[in-house]
Amino acid sequence: MTAADTTAAPGAADEGAPTLVVEHMDVTYRVRGQDRRALRDVSFQIGHGESYGLVGESGSGKSTVALALTRYLPRNGRVSAGTISINGMDPLAMGSADLRDLRAHTVSMVYQEPGRALNPSIKVGHQVAEVYEIAGLDRKAALARAEDMLRKVQISDPARVMERYPHQLSGGMAQRVVIAMALAAEPSLLILDEPTTALDATVEAEVLDLVAALREEYDTSVLFISHNLAVIAKMCDRVGVLYAGELIEEGPAREVFAQPRHPYTVGLLRCIPRGGQRKDHGRLDTIPGFLPPPGDTPPGCIFAPRCPIAEDQCRAAAPPAFVTGPDRTSRCYLHDETTNLPRNTPVDLEIPSQRDDREPVVQLERLSKTFDQRGDAVKALVGVNLSLERGETLGLVGESGSGKTTLARALLGLIPPDQGSVIDLDGQPLQGDARRRTRDQLKALQIVFQNPDSALNRRHTVRRLISQPLSRLAGLSGARLRERLADLVRSVRMEDRQLSLRPSQLSGGLKQRVAIARAFAGGPRIVVCDEPTSALDVSVQAAILNLLVDLQVKEQVTYLFISHDLGLVRYLSDRIAVLYLGRIMELGPAETVFAGPHHPYTEALLSAVPSLDGQHPTRIRLQGEIPSAASPPSGCVFHTRCPRKLSTGECESTEPPLAEVAPGHLMSCHIPIDQLTILQQNGRAP
Amino acid sequence: MIESSSELGPPTPVPGVETAITHAALRRQQPAWRLMLRKPTFIVGALILLFWIFCAVFGETIAPHNPLAQQLLAVNVAPSRAHLFGTDQLGRDVFSRVITGSRSILLIAAAATVLGTLLGTALGLLMGYLGGVLDILVGRVVEAVLALPIVIVAFLFIVALGPSAPTLIVVIGLVFTPLIARTVRSAVLVESQLDYLSSARLLGEKPPQIMFTEILPNVLPVILVEFTVRLGYAIFAVATLSFLGFGIQPPTPDWGSDIAANYGVLPAGYWWETLFPALAIASLIVGINLVTDSIEQVLAS
Repeated sequence: MTAADTTAAPGAADEGAPTLVVEHMDVTYRVRGQDRRALRDVSFQIGHGESYGLVGESGSGKSTVALALTRYLPRNGRVSAGTISINGMDPLAMGSADLRDLRAHTVSMVYQEPGRALNPSIKVGHQVAEVYEIAGLDRKAALARAEDMLRKVQISDPARVMERYPHQLSGGMAQRVVIAMALAAEPSLLILDEPTTALDATVEAEVLDLVAALREEYDTSVLFISHNLAVIAKMCDRVGVLYAGELIEEGPAREVFAQPRHPYTVGLLRCIPRGGQRKDHGRLDTIPGFLPPPGDTPPGCIFAPRCPIAEDQCRAAAPPAFVTGPDRTSRCYLHDETTNLPRNTPVDLEIPSQRDDREPVVQLERLSKTFDQRGDAVKALVGVNLSLERGETLGLVGESGSGKTTLARALLGLIPPDQGSVIDLDGQPLQGDARRRTRDQLKALQIVFQNPDSALNRRHTVRRLISQPLSRLAGLSGARLRERLADLVRSVRMEDRQLSLRPSQLSGGLKQRVAIARAFAGGPRIVVCDEPTSALDVSVQAAILNLLVDLQVKEQVTYLFISHDLGLVRYLSDRIAVLYLGRIMELGPAETVFAGPHHPYTEALLSAVPSLDGQHPTRIRLQGEIPSAASPPSGCVFHTRCPRKLSTGECESTEPPLAEVAPGHLMSCHIPIDQLTILQQNGRAP
Repeated sequence: MIESSSELGPPTPVPGVETAITHAALRRQQPAWRLMLRKPTFIVGALILLFWIFCAVFGETIAPHNPLAQQLLAVNVAPSRAHLFGTDQLGRDVFSRVITGSRSILLIAAAATVLGTLLGTALGLLMGYLGGVLDILVGRVVEAVLALPIVIVAFLFIVALGPSAPTLIVVIGLVFTPLIARTVRSAVLVESQLDYLSSARLLGEKPPQIMFTEILPNVLPVILVEFTVRLGYAIFAVATLSFLGFGIQPPTPDWGSDIAANYGVLPAGYWWETLFPALAIASLIVGINLVTDSIEQVLAS
């Protein structure tokens, strides 16, 4: 090791000495009598008060690092080589008492699911206070300190929150409580393992701000683990990129993302649509192949089988960590050639020019859906008017609970809408219940679900899964069916030999391809894509997005694309509808919606998105979380959180109509459009 | 729209798409039965079960004596070389009676469990998928049945209908039906949350098709476990009813009724006449439970 080698100061942690030093760490899991190395030769250190990001796709070993540091590895896992030093102490050599002490005072962890980190049967206040009681305070003092701590994590009414049980908290609130508990012991090292992955973008932004502020205040070192490169870019000083258990590149976060020096990092960054990239600019690049199975180590570079520039030397011997700049390393022999890495996927993609005479395929009029929840009428959708045109992609965005999925399911006939709602297909009204729709109508509307594990019957083979819609919807059988099946399998770029497999034998991306093949089997007019890539890694996501675009161009199908990832929505959509509490807040051409002037809610959504370029425009913050649809606010439903609310009281009293502010651009806001333009220009960072 | 195959054409070869299956995924796909064979508990349980099935099939052929033959000159003979398990009050060979006694209990218990599982599965699918009034009504019946011990319920019916093998099968099967239905129902409810059922509805599949071709294969493991658990209970129920005189009727060799016939002479020191049939019942139930446990563990992993 070159740059990673430093002398760790043994003994007490003095200022300047690194908080965490990991050297040449291997972690091995014993699976069915065989040792499988999950981490190989991982070395990194985190300085005092520094924030270090570990980024990698699923299976790269990110969480294993966190577990190894605190000796929380499962029974079959062990650190089989290397050393760990936290504040000069070695957790590997500790007995159970010392280890408990380490976990209580020196290292704290925050996990992805806040709900699981809290004891469901103990009131929040007592759980937080417990940390102080362990530190030696009496009950009363501990409760007082707990209240202070909760105020510090920006919980507005801590006394009331302390009386609640964890299930009574929203996800964002629960994560704040967990962070409060983690920081209560004033740890030297705070480990955050995907802390915001389960949260909405607006809540994520708040939690990230909070972590950043508290880090300053407590002067804590942070190990931040995430699959989201933009979040790491925003939160971390330095970053390490993990691939298949090896730290393949390391360096200052901004530099690594601006000028990656390892082909894998380059590939990862190219998979993400950035900086206003759109589908008509060409395909996204992808990373071919798969992560090697755990424990399977080729003699050479672990990334060589997937690397576009791999040479003989790469396959012969594993590359050492080359120093590629001040404080930067890359485990690549060819780290000088990464700047002009050839693309894996050709850019060329003929997107037919947008015609102006698009005819609507589906029209929704006054679409409403009210759920009955223990006697409360929950209005999930309120009078939505929307048309979907042939061959277009309509992006549907909004926080969770805004009604995106309800809208999609109502359109498909999976949940019957309220009386008076109209769904027209080619001018013909559709029944609200899919069971009462004709075969042609069913054929016209299909969906790609978010989670292929749930959407594919796990007992059926791929052949059966794809044949089903071919026989049921397209009415094919025998040789004709087999012919179409083969076509379809090829068009989603799968292979014939995969037909006899079951979903559990396929990777996430392949499963989603099967789901896409099913959706396209009947020759649909409209395909709803409900977060189709959110369960996938970025490299797989890019391939799926490319496939969706290719199919759309070929079949002239209309997409209703639901996603919380605004970057994806921008890449794929022609028009965008912004939903809040079941109402459309803004609707317009994608570029207009992104360029602004925006509806204040859209503005808030956009400014909550962390960007990879490290540019963070001053954010307009949303107060709190989305109100309950059972008792929506009066007037404009967004007024309770709107940072640009008018002082006239109009926002509280009357609901603004969805009015056209520019050709094809509709908005539901009392603030005149020119005034919004001025406000939003002033609100920007200079 | 995808109308003709020619329109779709061969895909442009795009490198960088996933084509291989992950090796890890393939490795994980071990057939369940092979995992089962690695479990010592399963092997022991299966051997015990197979032994009794063998006895049930070939009872008379392998038994050293006629299980019905009375030797009034050799009553209550202690275990010896001639009579491995001794003889009973009527001088019948206990060993032969234990061997052949496995037939009736296994047959009745298995048939009853099959009946209960078939009916319970159908009912559970209907309750879980269709829900509504049916679910509420059957749910209450299940609770009522659960409140009473199985044996007592079966006992009542058999007293009314008179003991016979078909009666036992039907009665125990019907008593099990709501219990199995409840388990299947909760497994179906879990499946109902999954999107593949929505997907099936969008293909125009009708409820019976969805229940039997989409959901049923996914709840089969649960049904298999439930079947083996119930088989254990059924054996226990048949043995108990026979002991009480409402099951298999003498002189047909049967463990439960043999215990009942001979426990009166236990204080006189003739322990073999009750011990060996009792051990037979115990070993069969233990064997089945070992098998059940291993199936559950393998399916859970």
